[in-house]
Amino acid sequence: MEENLIKTCLHDRHVKQGALMSPFGGFDMPIQYDNITQEHNAVRHEVGVFDVSHMGEVRVKGPEAYKFVSHIFVNDVTGAPDGQIFYGMMCYENGGTVDDLLVYKVNDEEYFLVINAANIDKDVAWIMQNAEGYDCVVTNESDYYGEVAIQGPKAEETVEKVLGIPCTDIPFYNFKTLHIDGEDIIISRTGYTGEDGFEIYGSHDFTVRVWDKLMDAGVQPCGLGCRDTLRFEVGLPLYGDELSADITPIEASLSMFVKLDKPEFIGKEALAKQKAEGVTRRIVGLELEGSAVPRHGYPVLVNGQKVGEITTGYKSISTGKSVAMAMIDKPYDKLGTEVEVQIRKKTFPAKVVKKRFYDKNYKK
Amino acid sequence: MSKILENLRYADSHEWVKVEGEVATVGITDYAQHALGNIVYVDMPEVGDEVTAGEDFGAVESVKAASDLISPVSGEVIAINEALEDAPELVNEDAFGNWIMKVQLSDPGEVDNLLDADAYAKLTAE
Repeated sequence: MEENLIKTCLHDRHVKQGALMSPFGGFDMPIQYDNITQEHNAVRHEVGVFDVSHMGEVRVKGPEAYKFVSHIFVNDVTGAPDGQIFYGMMCYENGGTVDDLLVYKVNDEEYFLVINAANIDKDVAWIMQNAEGYDCVVTNESDYYGEVAIQGPKAEETVEKVLGIPCTDIPFYNFKTLHIDGEDIIISRTGYTGEDGFEIYGSHDFTVRVWDKLMDAGVQPCGLGCRDTLRFEVGLPLYGDELSADITPIEASLSMFVKLDKPEFIGKEALAKQKAEGVTRRIVGLELEGSAVPRHGYPVLVNGQKVGEITTGYKSISTGKSVAMAMIDKPYDKLGTEVEVQIRKKTFPAKVVKKRFYDKNYKK
Repeated sequence: MSKILENLRYADSHEWVKVEGEVATVGITDYAQHALGNIVYVDMPEVGDEVTAGEDFGAVESVKAASDLISPVSGEVIAINEALEDAPELVNEDAFGNWIMKVQLSDPGEVDNLLDADAYAKLTAE
């Protein structure tokens, strides 16, 4: 089984650094190097670097690239300047989520899609299948690209001084392509931590050189463990927890990314109907009394009856509170509703709160 | 290298036991706290609960995961370490100094089934 796991171009670095390795999305990935709390706090207060080479990259190129991306993507890229990035989802006809992704607009005839590692095969098949009849070419470039995410209040300074890559001019959710060491690399002001930061895509060789420079400069390496605690605290969804083929973006409380005024896209009819009629359940935040830890799959109860389930939960590293995102049936999703969370043999009182447990610190 | 104390008995599920008369003090080993990482919550039984050797009596939670606590002995819980309610990280700081529960043994002979320090050292060296 483990022999089938894919290794990123930084795999031998992680092993040498003594990282705890674990399967994630078909890859053998570092979960933590030494201490998840220390890695989490480095990103919140200083800077940390993640190997995110497991993410998938798909290029859509051709005269009808704009038309096709508009067809498969629930957000609206119309009229955007070149270099802008959009977050959103691809949905099935029934509104269930194929994946959540970033769409980088190179120009009207070229888009660069960044998708979740665990969904690469499924997404590429879905994109190719739906591209039939559109005048554009879809290329899965996931095997070519390595990717690192440099995140935290000192990310900008680190990218400029340690890597020598000019980045102060890149606005939030924008990118630029640079020619460095004989190749084109992509750098964007994006991330998955709620902090300012950059994601850099390049060849495997380039990615290894970037990593080594950051390590030599003493930048904290961070594993997927704290990537999850960081994204969770600022209410960002993870496909498989808050989004899935059975969960629509509306149910995931992400309707701000679903542009129902677009002329058409896959899933529009189902999502418009759900928006108009109202959902029967949705993702909310919960805050527990005490410090027991709510985890994925634990039942949420009202008067002993199950009304939902935890999708992600932690004792928040940044605030110390036991908090969770949960999929809750209406009408128990209202702010302030008192519920109980079952943790092993005990139940703990909790109340519905906003699903942002820590404020984002983006540079916009 | 994890610390192992000579005068204690050990379960292969990484709990330690200190027996004084018919009372057993139970905690988790230094090896276990190290493997778990930052402990954020200890789910303890209540005084008066009956625990059974080989069955769970609570859990220790790190940031990422919950691990069941398996009782090495049977009997009635006569005390829990209330300090861990507010400061579970004490287990990381000193796993042998910060016990989890004390049990009035119903079958003191069960202790003979547990590992001694040498056998536990071998188990954790594997």
